Order: sequence, then C-alpha cells, then structure tokens
Amino acid sequence: MDITSDTHSQHISKQFNQELEELKTHLMTMGGQVEKQVQDAVTALLESDSRLGERVSDDDKAVNEMQLKIDDECTRILARRQPAASDLRLVLAVIRATSDLERIGDEASKIARNAVALSEAGNGPKGLVEVRHISEHVRKMVRDSLTAFARFDIDLALQVVHEDDAVDSEYTSAMRSLMTFMMEDPRSITSVLSVMWVLRALERVGDHANNLAEHVIYLVKGLDIRHIDPDELDEDALKGSS
Amino acid sequence: MLMADASPTPATLHEIVRDIPSTDRCFEIEDLTIAYGDKTALSGLSLHVPRHRVTAFIGPSGCGKSTLLRAFNRLHDLNEDVARQGRIVLEGQEIHAPEVDVADLRRRVGMVFQTPNPFPMSIYENVAFGLRLQAALPKRRRDEVIEWALESAALWDEVKHRLHESALLLSGGQQQRLVIARTLAVQPEVVLLDEPASALDPISTLKIEELIRNLKSHLTLVLVTHNMQQAARVSDYTAFLEEGELIEYGATDTVFTNPRLARTENYITGRTD
Repeated sequence: MDITSDTHSQHISKQFNQELEELKTHLMTMGGQVEKQVQDAVTALLESDSRLGERVSDDDKAVNEMQLKIDDECTRILARRQPAASDLRLVLAVIRATSDLERIGDEASKIARNAVALSEAGNGPKGLVEVRHISEHVRKMVRDSLTAFARFDIDLALQVVHEDDAVDSEYTSAMRSLMTFMMEDPRSITSVLSVMWVLRALERVGDHANNLAEHVIYLVKGLDIRHIDPDELDEDALKGSS
Repeated sequence: MLMADASPTPATLHEIVRDIPSTDRCFEIEDLTIAYGDKTALSGLSLHVPRHRVTAFIGPSGCGKSTLLRAFNRLHDLNEDVARQGRIVLEGQEIHAPEVDVADLRRRVGMVFQTPNPFPMSIYENVAFGLRLQAALPKRRRDEVIEWALESAALWDEVKHRLHESALLLSGGQQQRLVIARTLAVQPEVVLLDEPASALDPISTLKIEELIRNLKSHLTLVLVTHNMQQAARVSDYTAFLEEGELIEYGATDTVFTNPRLARTENYITGRTD
C-alpha cells in the first residue's frame, strides 16, 4: 500500500509516533544544512569569497555530527521497536538518505576548497558560467528531493530521477568547453583544472540528490529502483496504487 | 501527491494461490464458514497452505485464527454447537468425507497448544503414548522411534539419562518440546501450533522457533501467533485475519516489508484504523 506523510503518526504508541516524527525532522534539518553548504560553496567560488569558502569546510563538521546522531536514533528505533512495513522502510530510507546528505556535504567542502584556492590565485577563472548553470540545476534537485521526502511525493521524486540525466549531459558538455580553454591558453590549466574539480563535485551532488529521490520511492512504494534505468521505469505502475 | 489506497479489497483466491502451485498444496480451504451457535467465527474463507513450509496466521483476538487452525484436524467435531460449511482438503482428500477416520486424521495432523500439556507420567511414556495407541511395536523399535522423536524435538540430549522421570519435572520450554516430540512420534504430515511459545521465556522460545525451522524439511507447519516478530522470524507465508475474514495472505517477506493493504499495515505496525 502507498503511504502518506502522516502515516507515521497513527501508532497506538504515541512515543513511537514522536520518535519517527523527530527522525524526519532531524533529517530535514540536516538536509537544510547541506543545501546551504552547497549554496555557500558555489557563492564563495562565484564571488571569490575565500572567507565564506573556509566557513563551508567548518560547517561540514556539524553535518557529520548530524549524521552520527540520526544514525544513532535509527539504531535505537530498530533495537527497541523492531519496526515493520512502512515504519521499517522509513528507518532504512533515513539511514540511506543521511549517507547521501553527508556526501553532498563532502562535495560542498571540495567546491569550497577549490573556491579558496582560486580566490587566492587571483584573476577570475574561466568556466564560471558553466558552474553557475550546473549548480543551479543540482541545487534544485537537492531541494526537490528533500521536499519529496518531506511530503512523500512520488511525482516530484520521479522528476528528480529524470533530471539527473540532463545534469550528466550538461556536465559532459561543460567539460568539453573547459578542455578547449586549456588547449587555447596553457597558462590557464591550473585554474581550469580547479573549475573541473568543482564541476565534478556538482555532478556528484546531482547523483546523490537522485539517490535521495530513489529513497523516497522506496519509502512510499516499497520499490527499490536504485539499479533501474530511469527510461525503463514503469511510471504508471509507480504512480498508480500498488 | 498520492494518497493511501482508499478502497482495499480482500485478497481474492486467485491472488492467493498464484504463488502456490497446485502440486505444492498441503491444505486447500475453500469457502469455509464456521459459526458457534449464531456467532460467525469464519466467513467464506479460502486459502491454500503450502507443503513443507511454515504458514503463520496472525490477527487480533477473536479474528478466527484459532478456529481456522482447529478446523484442520476437525477438533470442532467435539463441539455440537459448531456449524461448518465449505471444504477442507488435505492432500487431495476432503477431510469431512465419510470414509475419513478422524483418529487417523488427527495422527496425520498433530496439534500443539499454548500451554504445555504433558501427561502425568514419565518422559518416555509421554512420547510412547500415541505409539501404543497406534500399533503394537516391539520394544526395541519403539525405543528407536522415541529417541528419534526426542532428537527431532531437540530434547534428547537434555533428557536421555532421565527418560523414566516424571515429565512434570521438566521446565516449561522442555515440556513444550516434549509435547512436540509426542506429536512427532506418530509421524504426522502436518503439525498445527497454537501459540506454542507464548508461555515460554525468550531462550525457550528461540529453541521452539529453531525446531520449527528444522521440522519444515519434512513437515508442513501452521502456526498461530500473537507475536508478530515470531511470525516474521519463522514463517514462509503469513495470513492476516480480521473479524473472521482473510484480509491478506502472502510471502512473509512481502507482508512484513510492504503489505498490500492498509488494514494489514495498521495491524502489523501497531496503528489504529
């Protein structure tokens, strides 16, 4: 059966309702923090703000701590409540989601480190247009996948899954342009390489957002679509009642 | 966004049997209705129990799961107020057919109850009891069968040096395994277990569960339990009953991770409707 965002607040045990509610809240707080990290890292790069870049790396510690805390809550629920059905799927989805969020945080730190390096090297690097474009795209994916998680929204999750292909092709074409820059001006190689690392990190953020959306589908429908090509998904079956 | 399935329909016979090919069915229940006086305990229930598997019946008190279990070896015959309609077929034969010998049916379909009920006699005599009723075996042969039954019930090592002591001196868990040995001694095809571990401590419970797992290599087991985790741990198939109807029946893996209907989900996860 499909579940909705209030499915987890209908247990006879009010305390269990509360535990699951808190778990979701903590995941959303971690998601918000990670979203901000990505945004700050990209801003630091685009605006050559090395101080902002350094702060992103510091924020990563807080995100890591959140991951440990949420994992701990999940362990406790598994041990004490032995959840089944949609409760079990919620706990599993949250464990998987925290792992993806933590990695998005790591990618944001990589972007921030490159932002600091580029800012210290001076002269604005090439490829920032591509960075801006792809970063907007993947940040929307992260935001949508978190919204889909909060609302148990399959339609939005599926939309994110399809976005990932678009990001991958934008990434490929951006890399091609950057190669051209390097060939045209060998003195730009160091800075363009840094931008390439940034693009690579953004592309990975998109992959993790895609994973988050897949966890939402698992949570709501009980279907694991992690290794299925998005084009081969039977969306009507997914959207219809199981 | 999507909402929960608004109009769940009880699983149809067709869906239930899809996974269990006709050659693998031990019991075939068709359109079974049982009433105690004017109170209907089961209404029009159909399901197939697969051979050499563990099938668990779960559901709230009064849902009809024990009534269903007791129908499998005609225990209701002992109660004159019980009215039955529908068919119960065991290995191709309707168990209510006139040529069926009820005593033989109950040998083939043994039963273990919630409270261990050893007879007030020795451990040996408890297991020998059914055997003596059944056939006159030479003592040597009888001793072999008793050892085999106690071995199968994972009790032999604990009692082999005290076979002639009273069975009432055994612990609750040992008594329950003794009762299982007594059931196994007459070589049944099916063992029905009605809350077999609910009066036992966790270690004894795990021993019974391990025993159930081992027995399914040559027996069909049907388990009624209020303990959801127990159903999840030991059974291959789970049937959820509510108010005398079969609500959902399927592979235990599916029922406990992604049940088809909201009523099942609510019951196994402890939610109110």
